[in-house]
Amino acid sequence: MRTAYRGAVRRDEFGSRIDRRHSSLLAYGIPLASILLGSVLPMLFIASAVPLVPPMGFMALIGWRLIRPGIIPIWAGFPLGIWDDLFSGFPFGSAILLWSMTLVAIEALEARFPWHGFVQDWLTAALIIIVYLLVATLLSGAHGSFPMLLALVPQLLLSVLLFPIISRMIARLDRLRLTRFRKF
Amino acid sequence: MAPPSKRRPGFSRRAQYGIFTGYVVAGIGALVGAVLLGLSLWRPANFNGPRMIAADAVAPVGEVSAEARTTSRGLIESITGYYRAGSQNAELKREMELARIRLAEAEAVEQENKRLKALLALQEAEVEPVVVSRIVGSTAASTRRFAYLGAGSSRGVTAGMPVRGPRGVVGRVLEVGRNSSRILLLTDSQSVLPVRRAQDNVVALAEGRGDGLLRIRLINLGINPLEVGDVFVTSGSGGYYRPGVAVAVVSELTNDGALARIISDPAATDFVSVDPIWQPDAISGAATPVEEELSE
Repeated sequence: MRTAYRGAVRRDEFGSRIDRRHSSLLAYGIPLASILLGSVLPMLFIASAVPLVPPMGFMALIGWRLIRPGIIPIWAGFPLGIWDDLFSGFPFGSAILLWSMTLVAIEALEARFPWHGFVQDWLTAALIIIVYLLVATLLSGAHGSFPMLLALVPQLLLSVLLFPIISRMIARLDRLRLTRFRKF
Repeated sequence: MAPPSKRRPGFSRRAQYGIFTGYVVAGIGALVGAVLLGLSLWRPANFNGPRMIAADAVAPVGEVSAEARTTSRGLIESITGYYRAGSQNAELKREMELARIRLAEAEAVEQENKRLKALLALQEAEVEPVVVSRIVGSTAASTRRFAYLGAGSSRGVTAGMPVRGPRGVVGRVLEVGRNSSRILLLTDSQSVLPVRRAQDNVVALAEGRGDGLLRIRLINLGINPLEVGDVFVTSGSGGYYRPGVAVAVVSELTNDGALARIISDPAATDFVSVDPIWQPDAISGAATPVEEELSE
């Protein structure tokens, strides 16, 4: 047992408490930056003939929202959606609409099920990602066809399977977010 | 973990109004999004300006990642190659045989070409590409298939120019920023390209299907003359692409044509060249209304 009583008062997992404060820049900047970066990332991976890369920005958004409720405000879908629309390739406005609606939906879901564990979070995220990609495809201005929806399946699977990893990464970032710094 | 119950902040009016305002703003945001989406579906070019500024900003990063991608692709290719070695081997043998036949045919055609050209005293006009550049990115998470090119208007690229990889057609420039441009890939479901069969003049339209294949739709209906393995090249009609650039190989026959695999997969393409529009006069002619044309 390393945590003696006095030690627990002086330190927690974010560092020493004495004369150190959380940085508000990190506390709000890290979630924001990770979502913005997530929107740009899929553009740089690969120029494939079919959609393949998970919508990283969207997954980061729901990851933060589910893992750490309270830091993503409910209206954040609008500004973050504008940014995502610049890079996603879907018609402009698609992410603004769908991200806003996602945040409202999660809020409603959370009111209905206030206690949720990781498995339920994963189910929620899987459902949301699947609905998001299908609706975004239908609203993308592409000539819809059955093979096109079939071509989405690998991307959907990859997104759903990647969510636990992304939420782990977000949990890591969340710890970094609350690191204490000495005031100069 | 139960979330902090932000929804019931107690008796503080201020906090209650704050929550209410949040919902209202979220609702307004969704509405604005819906309107913008409607506008951009109605006229897809509406928001190109900010988009190309954003693409310009990311293009330098794309250059770096494109380089990394090229080197890492070798590794991935060798893994996938190992994975499907058996079936691929059989397929390759079959394709090899076909290729030998085609090569012999091509030699014959070349001979004849030379002879005919000598008869006509034509000069071989090799098209000089406007610019050669990397594909710096693509909309890999979206159903719409766009790619970004690391060259824009500052190097003479204009909208409509065909983009060609070393193997064949990749797509067409859709919009141009200063240092980057957006390409509509062949596999996008909005892409239509006039093609003809390489060995004869069966003309067709190659439409993207959105799942990586092209649908070959024959223009002359009747008995379907296509066979698996037929190669389609650009026909030059429409005036954008010069004729004779490889596009797709038929992989499956359908009632009114065939499904075809693209020859120049953008994922396997490193450098692409942007060609000038083949017949700019034909395009401006097609864009001019008939009345105007008559009055001149």
